[in-house]
Amino acid sequence: MPQFDPAFFAPQLFWLAVTFITLYILMSKVALPKIGAVLDERQRKIDDNLDKAMQLKAEAEAAIAAYEKALAESRAHAHSVIKEASERLAKQADERTRELSAKLAEQIKAGEVRIAAAKEQALANVRDVALDVAGAAIARLVGTSPDQGKLESAIAAALKENGQ
Amino acid sequence: MANPIEQFKIKPIIPLEVAGVDVSFTNSAVMMVISVVLITAFLTLSVRSRALVPGRWQALAEVFYEFIAGMLKDNVGQEGRKYFPFIFTLFMFVLFGNLLGMIPGAFTYTSHVIVTFGMAIVVFIGVTIIGFARHGTHFLRMFFPEGAPIATAIILVPIEVISYFSRPFSLAVRLFANMTVGHIILKVLGGFVVSLGAFYVIPGIVPFAFLGAITVLEFGIALLQAYVFTILSCIYLHDAIHMH
Repeated sequence: MPQFDPAFFAPQLFWLAVTFITLYILMSKVALPKIGAVLDERQRKIDDNLDKAMQLKAEAEAAIAAYEKALAESRAHAHSVIKEASERLAKQADERTRELSAKLAEQIKAGEVRIAAAKEQALANVRDVALDVAGAAIARLVGTSPDQGKLESAIAAALKENGQ
Repeated sequence: MANPIEQFKIKPIIPLEVAGVDVSFTNSAVMMVISVVLITAFLTLSVRSRALVPGRWQALAEVFYEFIAGMLKDNVGQEGRKYFPFIFTLFMFVLFGNLLGMIPGAFTYTSHVIVTFGMAIVVFIGVTIIGFARHGTHFLRMFFPEGAPIATAIILVPIEVISYFSRPFSLAVRLFANMTVGHIILKVLGGFVVSLGAFYVIPGIVPFAFLGAITVLEFGIALLQAYVFTILSCIYLHDAIHMH
């Protein structure tokens, strides 16, 4: 076998050394740094994009939080406005009701006073008429006019008896 | 039938002699130079565009880079990064030697034991120097496992010494033998195809089918042996750096 012929050892070892060292230098100085740079650059770009994505996500989350806060605030504001309005309206209604009832009470009172006066008047009129009628009747029946004081007390008693 | 050994013959192309030593430029040297040119062209031209999304060639170059980088990281660790260019060169040189040898008529320099031994002995000496440089005389503990009873030293130390010194030979012979045997089988089967097929077409098909299958297998072996040579170098490097 030619593999075991020592005559071919030296030239093969020599060219192995030459080519291998050349390849080593080419790899370590040219090819590998180039490929490594490409890979690093890709990794860096990927990391950059990931960072950017994270940042955008954080921004989006902040925007959502701000929006939700604004929403909650406006909702609270609307709530307070509604509450205030309804309180004010309730107060107004209360006041008006009270005013009206006071007025009505006053009118009722005035009416009662008027009714009492009219009643008194009416009663007085009844007594006068009774007095006159009784006086005239007695004068016609007896012939003499009755004692005015006695007649008055008798009529008052009669009126009292009838519950007037 | 052609002699299956003939394909391994060294043919001087430019006879050279330096200081009485024959350093002729041979067919073996031609293939080594072609390997260097192809490897360099492939790895530099493919990444020339520095594409963010790699094309086919760039992806392949990146696969090789990351494959060897990963192998070195898994087997040696962070300290191995220094030796990445060497391991990478070793892998590509062996791989291209094996693969270019599959071209019909081409010479396979990895089928020569002196070439594989040349690389193996560089790995062996390099690893030994790294071991002594890192651990000093403590590196000799390699030959006697930690915790073993002292009485076993008389058996263990010679075994460890022999196994350590047989490393370059096993490394060299494994690659050389695989490539040589593979190429002899291909040649013999090819001879069968010609000699049988010349007279009878049908019997010629049988060795031809075998030849096709063995060719596929040989491509697999070409890749596998390059991988094995490299990973064993990584493991030896690991031993030298971390000691078992």
